[in-house]
Amino acid sequence: MSTLHLAAALNGAGWHPAAWRHPAARPAALFTAGYWTDLAAEAERGLLDLVTIEDYVALQSSLPDGPDDRVDRVRGWLDAVLVAARVAPATSRVGLVPTTSTTHTEPFHVSIGIASLDYASGGRAGWRPQVTGRADAAALFGRRDIAGFHPGTYGTPEAEPIATELFGEAADAIEVVRRLWDSWEDDAEIRDAPTGRFIDRDKLHYIDFEGPFFSVRGPSITPRPPQGQPFVATLAHDTLPYELAARGADAVFVTPHSTGHARSILAEVRAAEERVGRALPPLKVLADVVVFLDDEPGAARARKERLDELDGAALDSDAEIFTGTPAELADLLLDRRAAGLDGFRLRPGVLPHDLAKISGGLVPELRRRDAFRTEYAAATLRGHFGLERPASRYAGSPA
Amino acid sequence: MTVPPAARPPRPRKQVHLAAHFPGVNNTTVWSDPRSGSQIDFASFVHLARTAERGRFDFLFLAEGLRLREMKGRIHDLDVVGRPESLTVLSALAAVTGRLGLAATVNSTFNEPYDVARRLASLDHLSEGRAAWNVVTSWDAFTGENFRRGGYLAESERYSRAREFLRTARELWDSWAPGDLLADAAAGTFLRPGAGTFAHTGPQFDIAGRFATPRPPQGHPVIIQAGDSDEGREFAARDADVIFSRHSRPDEGRAFYKDVKARLAKYGRTSADLKILPAVTYVLGDTEADAAERAAEIRAAQVGPRTALAFAEGVWGLDLSGYDPDGPLPDAEPDPGEGVSKGRAQFRGDRAAVVKQWRETSAAHGGLSLRETAIELWGRHTFVGTAASVADQIDAAVQTDVADGFIFVPHLTPGGLDDLVEHVVPILQDKGVHRTEYTGTTLRDHLGLAAPRRVREEAAR
Repeated sequence: MSTLHLAAALNGAGWHPAAWRHPAARPAALFTAGYWTDLAAEAERGLLDLVTIEDYVALQSSLPDGPDDRVDRVRGWLDAVLVAARVAPATSRVGLVPTTSTTHTEPFHVSIGIASLDYASGGRAGWRPQVTGRADAAALFGRRDIAGFHPGTYGTPEAEPIATELFGEAADAIEVVRRLWDSWEDDAEIRDAPTGRFIDRDKLHYIDFEGPFFSVRGPSITPRPPQGQPFVATLAHDTLPYELAARGADAVFVTPHSTGHARSILAEVRAAEERVGRALPPLKVLADVVVFLDDEPGAARARKERLDELDGAALDSDAEIFTGTPAELADLLLDRRAAGLDGFRLRPGVLPHDLAKISGGLVPELRRRDAFRTEYAAATLRGHFGLERPASRYAGSPA
Repeated sequence: MTVPPAARPPRPRKQVHLAAHFPGVNNTTVWSDPRSGSQIDFASFVHLARTAERGRFDFLFLAEGLRLREMKGRIHDLDVVGRPESLTVLSALAAVTGRLGLAATVNSTFNEPYDVARRLASLDHLSEGRAAWNVVTSWDAFTGENFRRGGYLAESERYSRAREFLRTARELWDSWAPGDLLADAAAGTFLRPGAGTFAHTGPQFDIAGRFATPRPPQGHPVIIQAGDSDEGREFAARDADVIFSRHSRPDEGRAFYKDVKARLAKYGRTSADLKILPAVTYVLGDTEADAAERAAEIRAAQVGPRTALAFAEGVWGLDLSGYDPDGPLPDAEPDPGEGVSKGRAQFRGDRAAVVKQWRETSAAHGGLSLRETAIELWGRHTFVGTAASVADQIDAAVQTDVADGFIFVPHLTPGGLDDLVEHVVPILQDKGVHRTEYTGTTLRDHLGLAAPRRVREEAAR
């Protein structure tokens, strides 16, 4: 059996809003480098493919369309690209996939940021572009009015134009970022002493992107990153986001709640690839699962219920929620996998506890079933997914 | 009672502040040297950062340029080119250093205050108080072609935008008061109510909401500014902690130092609140003659035949490809228009006056060739000599108020500061003018800067 692909989604103190109040949590350390370095190292001990690092331009909120006044939940983020860069020298194999907004950033800055992460990590950079739909987030920048949409209004006629606009812009942002990564051919730097030329400028390319939201001339100021094209992954729950992934991503995170649901989502993803005429290799499809793991049967469920009580409500999630032992989770993952999934992105309910149970409990369990790697076979994130280093799209074309 | 001058205790010796500049994207960096390594590999940054930290430097400085330079409509191909996004690489360097300050150049024209404030606050957290921001204000439409809102800013507006940008960033950092982050699990209180609330309304920015990153460890990251015009000096006097100056020669350095420091009082600031650190180059040798010879060799390598011609084209504003760099200066008159170069090295002065200077320089030395003239006019190394004499020059410059210290721009990547740290720094330490160990943990500590004033008073919360 080929290896499953496993990712861990790092988010504050964990995906349960009361996770920070768990005795094993480290809430006072959330804004320190050591906290994030320890988490990434733990994922690497488990030989995970990658960690994603959550981020959002606005403060977290329990309300879908603006800030709340709650003080009993984790609030505040560090910039995810910088967190990834900070942990890069302290790890050597695990992929690092920070989240950035495509709505409120410059694609040029994002492109050189991820390329720089790829250099600092020796080819382990990924990027998770994210649409920022909240109206209050737009007010932080003051450059555009966004009527706003969120899971509660997504799909309604009122929200459709803005969703179409923001996803269209995201597709353009991914295209620009990817063109900039290719804008220096690999052998552009020549250091040719006889002619005094440091670069062969015929191998640097203007990208000349023109779109309704921005135009970008190029080339990049950063040479082509070690992976050529860092690994792009998006989270998607519906047609428009599936199409965005199909256009520009290497992998998509999806949220099935059963094996049958996973089958229908996969059919939608493949149909989206067909519709947009996908040119890249087929999307790697990873299913998200929120996990609470303890070795003793029933302990994880009891732990989650205590946290629900502290928070005043049962955990609500877009993704399936699992409580149980590592062996039970292995059963579930292998069952879901039969739908045709490439792997899973696990969202630990409590950090670092549930991540340690993934690397120290789930991973050995999957190995016993011959479903997970025993050592890293590649040095780059693309390599973990069996993706080749692509040639620049501009190779051989005139400057 | 006034103390007669003779009875005054001698002024204590000033401490020298040292900083390192990662070799830039220009002809200062000699790539043809066999010791020249990669300008982009992370290992090169690690080498320079660790060298600077071994020398107990205050900070490592990274420059920025958001569009590749062009000559005659084509990308300039003679110089080292290609660099990373500075905040990202500095965050990674925080992992391999423990005390060194990390200074990023971030443009205030092609960024938004909310995003920049958040990224700098993040770097400050991730480095435990070692972040600095060099605020630059480019405005050209050429660079703007890489951005959403490219080129919309009139040149006259760049300082007003920069000032408001910086003020807004400070308001954002102050939106979390010290102690707003509680993380009190027993009480179930993660933060104080309303932490991060802000609203800014001004000509450039109209933003409001809650800032998503808790107050940085330094309060505000250290602010660096490089402006040289009257407006730029005023901006620095009011708002900066460090000036990255171009005035390293004794006379002009002292004049600049005096001028800028005199501007501080009207903003309620003292001389210690603003450190003046000119960019400098250096060449060491076993003897003075050996150092002078090496300096001449390096200058010749920095200004090769095609680079000399490119300099002249920048000055004349003309295509001079028909001229021989080893022949006489062009007899053509300069173009009064925009010229042929674009990007950060774009010529913005009085062409006729500079051409006259070139001709006079050539004549004064008995008819120098184009390239010889370019070499002659290309900035001379600031400090040339044996390790002992360079240490003396550095110390003397600081004690006589040419500067508070220097930002060293090496001509080699990544080993260009090795000999400075190995041979010159110990002499400065022996003289008692440079620390032998870091005495603080933050960059503000290294620079001797007080905690920043909060722009929003506690009462306003």
